[in-house]
Amino acid sequence: MSEVLLDCRDVVVEYPVKGFRKAPFKALKGVSLDIRPGETVGLVGESGSGKTTLGRAVLGLAPVTGGQVVFDGTDIAHYNRAQRQGLAKDIQVVFQDPYTSLNPSLTIEQILVEPLTVQKVPAAEASKRVRDLLDQVGLPANAAGRLPREFSGGQRQRIAIARALALQPRLIVCDEPVSALDLSTQARVLELFREIQERTGVAYLFVSHDLAVVRHLSHRVAVMFHGEIVEWGDGDQVTSHPKHPYTQRLFLSAPIPDPVRQEVRRAELHALRASKAEEKAA
Amino acid sequence: MSESNLFRRMLRNPLAVAAMVWLGLLILSSAFAGVLAPGDPNAGSVQNVLAPPGPGFPLGADSAGRDILGRLLHAGQFSLAAPVVTLTVAVLIGVTGGLIAGYFGGWFDTVSSWVAGVVMAMPGIIVLLAARAAIGPSMWLSMAIFGVLIAPGFFRLVYAAVTAVRNELYVDAARVSGLSDTRIISRHILTVVRAPVIIQAAMVFGIAIAIQAGLEFLGLGDMTLPTWGGILNDGFANLYTAPMLMLWPSLIIGLTCIALTVLGNAMRDELERAGGVPKKKGQAVDIVREHIFAHPEDPAAQLGEELLRVSDLRVGYDQRDGSVKQVVNDVSLTVRRGEVHGLIGESGSGKTQTAFAVMRLLPEGGRIVGGRVDFEGRDLALASEAEMVKIRGRKIAYIPQEPMSNLDPSFTIGTQLVEPMKIKLGLSSADAKKRALELLARVGIPNPERTFKAYPHEVSGGMAQRVLIAGAISCKPDLLIADEPTTALDVTVQAEVLDLMRELQKELNMGVILVTHNFGVVADLCDRVSVMRDGRIVETGPVRPIFAGPQHEYTQSLFDAILEDAPARGELVTTQKGAGA
Repeated sequence: MSEVLLDCRDVVVEYPVKGFRKAPFKALKGVSLDIRPGETVGLVGESGSGKTTLGRAVLGLAPVTGGQVVFDGTDIAHYNRAQRQGLAKDIQVVFQDPYTSLNPSLTIEQILVEPLTVQKVPAAEASKRVRDLLDQVGLPANAAGRLPREFSGGQRQRIAIARALALQPRLIVCDEPVSALDLSTQARVLELFREIQERTGVAYLFVSHDLAVVRHLSHRVAVMFHGEIVEWGDGDQVTSHPKHPYTQRLFLSAPIPDPVRQEVRRAELHALRASKAEEKAA
Repeated sequence: MSESNLFRRMLRNPLAVAAMVWLGLLILSSAFAGVLAPGDPNAGSVQNVLAPPGPGFPLGADSAGRDILGRLLHAGQFSLAAPVVTLTVAVLIGVTGGLIAGYFGGWFDTVSSWVAGVVMAMPGIIVLLAARAAIGPSMWLSMAIFGVLIAPGFFRLVYAAVTAVRNELYVDAARVSGLSDTRIISRHILTVVRAPVIIQAAMVFGIAIAIQAGLEFLGLGDMTLPTWGGILNDGFANLYTAPMLMLWPSLIIGLTCIALTVLGNAMRDELERAGGVPKKKGQAVDIVREHIFAHPEDPAAQLGEELLRVSDLRVGYDQRDGSVKQVVNDVSLTVRRGEVHGLIGESGSGKTQTAFAVMRLLPEGGRIVGGRVDFEGRDLALASEAEMVKIRGRKIAYIPQEPMSNLDPSFTIGTQLVEPMKIKLGLSSADAKKRALELLARVGIPNPERTFKAYPHEVSGGMAQRVLIAGAISCKPDLLIADEPTTALDVTVQAEVLDLMRELQKELNMGVILVTHNFGVVADLCDRVSVMRDGRIVETGPVRPIFAGPQHEYTQSLFDAILEDAPARGELVTTQKGAGA
């Protein structure tokens, strides 16, 4: 019994750099955050901030060289491939790019059945589960026999979500799952994420560069910059009244879709930049 | 794509069918050689030496008085079996090695790549001759050795395919799903390498037949077995007395090799064609002209002179069946001097197509099929390519979406800025360099000298976009077309680039067409906006009234999807229900 589902403690990820005796590249410099069951934790940052790397570290796809990744009381940071396979029922993933995250030569049914057969679910039951999953993500049952290329970006992302849900995991790492989608599709897919969470109690680690998206979905938000978390706390607090200067800059940099208010926000951003420049000069 | 599907489509290619028929006949006749030509193919008689075609000898007899046809049929068994040995060895070694090295990498990768390089560097025919000298005339063994020599071809092919697919997200997803490595390889990786391996196999089979025949022809094979090469050898020895003896084996060897090559090429063509996008079945374009909501001008606004007027523009793409698929329908818009006109829409709305049509830079197959593009007193829709070359870059400049892919990685940034200025403005090299440095400083690059000398990969995406903006404004254009100029950038960099574009636009008093999908960018930069859907403008007008009160239901739905003002999720409410977990 644990309050916390996932607990990252001082996680360090280093990638070796090509060349003789070059120092490795530190993608994460000791990152700590926790996720409770049924909670969405948003992870915001710009490219190179390490937000995707943290997600991959949780999934076992990035080399953790320091710290702990504790899932349900056990450190899974250094699990080998066989141990990882056992985790598949608990931790799943939805990637950013719905075009390359589905094998183009497999039908939707084959894609969705795959994780089930690994867990030795009988074929008849697996097939029934597939219809059920398609229904859950709002796709017609006849989608099962078709190939990924017959679907639009938003529909493919629904298929990827169905695959993640197949094993009824307790945590899904969502790596920019709506960034490649059009505005109206994005809103519907986010709604789906929310609805699934309310129904199944799954927790999300939701990685995105878009503050508005993260704010909409996250209970708590962490802001990353250069491999570190610079601000971490209640979602509304972090996204509406940021304290750290970087978060403030990030917040003011995103243009508001309203010409009147954007003019105000732009002025605020310029003022922030000017004060920064003064600080530097002083 | 499934194999049966490939086979069915191959049947539509007459050359491939001919090749398959020939190979099929060859295999069948060789398999039933004992029935078709009973008797020992090696048994000859002295009376029949070099007998001409006649009863009992449909194609004549050879120098030992043996029936040529019978020998050819029996020889097929060996001449076709020998390449099978080569192919099996090559595929086993090459494909397995390539899969392991490509998928797991590490030391095996290093060692096997090195070994493959060494084997490739070895002169094949000399190795085969040496092997024969060492182990004697065994056809099977020399063909197996040839298989080893040709294995690096498969190794390289599979290795390249596997490394390309290893980092695909669906492979990562499979790993997260708990699939074992063997399962991932058999299910996700083998399907990718299957097609190229089959094609390569057809080619290698042809080569192996030719090599085997060559060895036999040189007299280096096993003379106790009937083979096509051996028959050829005998024919060559009697070239002057019985010239026809050479014809039949040469014909069979030649036709078989051609058939295999044709088959391999046909398979490749079909598989490559399958990679294309599936044709959308006749997207019904509604003929009815939708009502366009045009918001009135603000009477207080100071409008500049009209720079560009697009009227009833239609853009179409030629289809394979001869029809034209229209992607832009009756689009009309104006851009005034000093005005930023935003084109906003979702993917496939035709916003980029409209912008490219103005520059007459539509991709292959696309063209303006109707309407006018009036710019500085002429219709660009009818302008010649030579006229457009004069206008593009000088009067109309362009900023792309992907800054990195629009800079040539093999030239320094300086060269790429200086060259167009020398051509378009006729500046000397020294003047052009001076101007380029001024421009780099103007677009906010901290150290212009260093960036001037740098290669594109040495600068960040935001810097690269600044460089492209510097290039675009270098000729002081009247009209700037920016296609999602900040989409690929981080949000803090986006804010800086938007500021830069605003300043430059004011400074040079340019008209700007800004293509974007982001309402925030429109709100930040645009004076006027046109909302596009399915190749049409559905709503247009000055920015403020549209944001204050969108009229078209599509625009309204887009505004509804914006999350900026949506409430935050709030704190996690822990219910008692899930507490037992």
